Amino acid sequence: MFDRRLITHFDWGLLVLTLILAAMGLGILYSAVNAGGNTSQEGLLLRQLLWFAIGGGLMSLSMLVNYKRFDQWGLVIYAGCILLLIAVMVFGRYGGGARRWLLLGPISIQPSELMKIAICIVLARYFAKNFMGEGLGFKELIQPFVLILIPFLLIVQQPDLGTALLLFVIGGSLTLFVGLKRSTFWGLLAAAMAAVPMVWFFLKDYQKNRILTFLDPGRDPLGTGYHIIQSKIAIGSGQLFGKGFLGGTQNALDFLPEQHTDFILSVLAEEWGFVGCSVLLVLYLLFLAWSLSVAYRCRDSFGTFLVVGITAMNFWHIFINMGMVMGLLPVVGVPLPMVSYGGSSVVTTLLGVGILLNISMRRFLSD
Amino acid sequence: MVSEFEYLISKDTDGYRRRLVILFAVAAVFFLMLLMRLFYLQIIQGHEYARLSENNCIRLQSIPPHRGLIYDRHGALLVDNRPAYDLLIVPGDVGNMEEVLGRLAVLSDIPVSEFQERLERERGPGYRAVLLRQDLDRDAVGLISARRYDLPGVRIEARPRRQYMYPGLAAHLIGYLGEVSPAELQRPENKDLRGGDFIGKTGVERVYDAVLRGERGGRQVEVNVRGQVIRILHTVPAKPGGSLYLALDRDLQSHTESLMEGRVGAVVALDPTNGQVLAMVSSPSFDQNLFARGIRTDEWRSLAQNPHRPMENKAIQGLYPPASTYKMISAIAALEEGVVDSETRFFCSGSLRFGDRNFRCWRRTGHGNLNLREALERSCDVYFYHVAQRLGVDRLAWYARAAGFGRRTGVDLDHEEAGLVPTAGWKRRRTGVSWQAGETLSVIIGQGYNLATCMQAAVMTAALGNGGILFRPQVALEIRKTGGEVMRPFTPEVTGRLPVSPENLELVRLSMRDVVHAAQGTARGIRTSEFDMGGKTGTAQVLSRRTDEEESSSRPGFEPHAWFVAFAPYDDPRIAVAVIVEHGEGGARVAAPIAAEVMRSYLVGSGEK
Repeated sequence: MFDRRLITHFDWGLLVLTLILAAMGLGILYSAVNAGGNTSQEGLLLRQLLWFAIGGGLMSLSMLVNYKRFDQWGLVIYAGCILLLIAVMVFGRYGGGARRWLLLGPISIQPSELMKIAICIVLARYFAKNFMGEGLGFKELIQPFVLILIPFLLIVQQPDLGTALLLFVIGGSLTLFVGLKRSTFWGLLAAAMAAVPMVWFFLKDYQKNRILTFLDPGRDPLGTGYHIIQSKIAIGSGQLFGKGFLGGTQNALDFLPEQHTDFILSVLAEEWGFVGCSVLLVLYLLFLAWSLSVAYRCRDSFGTFLVVGITAMNFWHIFINMGMVMGLLPVVGVPLPMVSYGGSSVVTTLLGVGILLNISMRRFLSD
Repeated sequence: MVSEFEYLISKDTDGYRRRLVILFAVAAVFFLMLLMRLFYLQIIQGHEYARLSENNCIRLQSIPPHRGLIYDRHGALLVDNRPAYDLLIVPGDVGNMEEVLGRLAVLSDIPVSEFQERLERERGPGYRAVLLRQDLDRDAVGLISARRYDLPGVRIEARPRRQYMYPGLAAHLIGYLGEVSPAELQRPENKDLRGGDFIGKTGVERVYDAVLRGERGGRQVEVNVRGQVIRILHTVPAKPGGSLYLALDRDLQSHTESLMEGRVGAVVALDPTNGQVLAMVSSPSFDQNLFARGIRTDEWRSLAQNPHRPMENKAIQGLYPPASTYKMISAIAALEEGVVDSETRFFCSGSLRFGDRNFRCWRRTGHGNLNLREALERSCDVYFYHVAQRLGVDRLAWYARAAGFGRRTGVDLDHEEAGLVPTAGWKRRRTGVSWQAGETLSVIIGQGYNLATCMQAAVMTAALGNGGILFRPQVALEIRKTGGEVMRPFTPEVTGRLPVSPENLELVRLSMRDVVHAAQGTARGIRTSEFDMGGKTGTAQVLSRRTDEEESSSRPGFEPHAWFVAFAPYDDPRIAVAVIVEHGEGGARVAAPIAAEVMRSYLVGSGEK
């Protein structure tokens, strides 16, 4: 049953791109944790390596099964992730005022990250089954909306508004790709604009503060405002060529608790300058383009939608994270794929790559 | 395999391909925006940011909040803040560390080794300030400030420090502050705190910490190469904490403490109309200021090794057999269950043979023939031995629990003990041995397995005084904002009612009056013309009083504990008191005079002021 074409069609380019990004990420992380001769966080690097190993393993596993099986397993995977989110609500570990992590022995995972992949699978399944070519109307959007709303509510109460909203952003991107009726599109846009004041009402104070602080960083000069200013100083001071590997000084100030997680881009920007950042941006763009090319060559709509969903997830991660570190977007706690420290983020990204490779190498099998 | 997935095959490949191209174009445009932003920050503004990044010019300095003050019920200040000066150093600004530390050592008269130790322990990223010394003395502050140009990276920061106005006064109730521990920093409610901050460790300082603490403020500043502030960019003022008004009466508290001077034990005085804690003494006490300035190892050792356990709050943590103060419960249980009535008489010969054991009355010559009221007045044990045989332990336990024994009173302080009300089932679970009828005889006079706190005795006494209502004792009266506005007013909380009819309660109260005011009352020595009261003595055996054992109380260290509980004035009580003196021997001789003087000083005013 094993088909030689699986090997001959293996997408080496995507894998190599992924490895380059991973290597670059580890290099930046090394610099971030060794800031100012402070070696107390040395263990983080090893843990991250371990996570890459775990993620690589899961990536390989996810390639073994024909991705079309995911279509059948979609609801099971989705239900499993929902159960994990409920488990977080009940047994989760507190950190920084929120309950986002689940302790499994020595490691802690963040099920809301895995949920993003599950959402891509169930939505791709739904759209592939129900629609071909025709634009989507309101009625057809109810089921996808509910599928996103359930995990959204579970994640909002953690509270983690950023991640929760990202589910809608990813789902929305895929929906737009599948195509809406013109009237539905305008109707949704009007509804979204009406919903903004409502959502504002339900936000926690610290979440309102984050958004207000984004609009006016002077509001919270000791918290977010200070983070953004320091982040901008770090990035700006890198200038064209940067201060060199391990040469960062802002980094050494320990100005951010998240300097090795969400704000890691500032480390790269300070040490490698505009040149380094441009290289990373180009690599990411190449990564996204390669991902989309998988969809381009895919012959079935489930595979195409799945690729688009996963690519949208990666794109928004990259764009929102970079935008917030540069002071363009609010600080919402979204990781930079392959670079930010964090096991769940690494595993989610690599699982996504595994699915892309899977789809890519089976593109001839359904003829 | 092929046909299985046939439904998946797309029919509009070309349409999707066009959209994929559009999708990529959109992503590219978004990335271009990021690139332009990078260009703006790194190339156009790069020089300015590079200047700011040198020496990490933009820094945060924290402004500690003003911790709320603590007052007594009349507004007398009990806990204040005084200015203190901390010596800090920012290693990244120092340059030659050895030289600077050397100069500091000379100026402050503190050995260099202490600084180095601190630096080694606290060292984090280079531009975080390290606390070298708390509460620097004023001479050193002056000298160091004057020489600050020779001391790059050194900073002196004023920070309020806790001051307990009357060292030792209500130390257990007020509690003290200490440096926040790593475990405490982990808790979500402490996420605004940092290492080196102070936090309430015991007493109301701990229970009301969230209210008293206030909110940290801070300053975003620009510093020069020497780490000195050249410009303040933003300031967020600290929010002061709320003031705490205690139910405590300072004069009553200090007078009560002086009465307990040299004794080991506890006193609790409650307002029986609402459960407010008017005084709470645990003797011996300690000086909280030792903790406020950071206690030294030898000072801590001497406190920890003191056999009289000064750190323990004996009023809510000390467990003692309630002894004869328990007889009010026994009497109520007997009356309500109908095993005796006000006329039931028993004969006391000084002891009672039960099974193969001889249970003695405290009075070896016996009390003769008496009824319940006389038995309480004279604290006859034999009378209650007879009652015990008719009542049984489980029915007695039900009344004891209803009167607040065996469970926490719910006072707003930590680490309160619940005590113990034994039942037959409890003993079987605990020891696997079934209950012996003889044990009920010990339990009914408050001995045996019974354990109670002074606070429980006071709550029960207050309920006997006020007509049967059990209040949750509260040490906090009000919380007010800095301006004086009341944030949380006092509301009494009822936790239960004595299960007793008005007639039976009246009989027990009259008996308690007799204890003090009748000719043969066990506490007739404290009778006063100034007011009437109801009370009850108790003498808790440290070793169990067995049949033929000779008086164990003569051995030093095994003398019985002395109890006295009382309320006054008799008709309309305004104060209820419980006193326990460890190894005080006689309740009437040692504990009763203390209780009487506490009530007198509260109701009449003490003459010595």
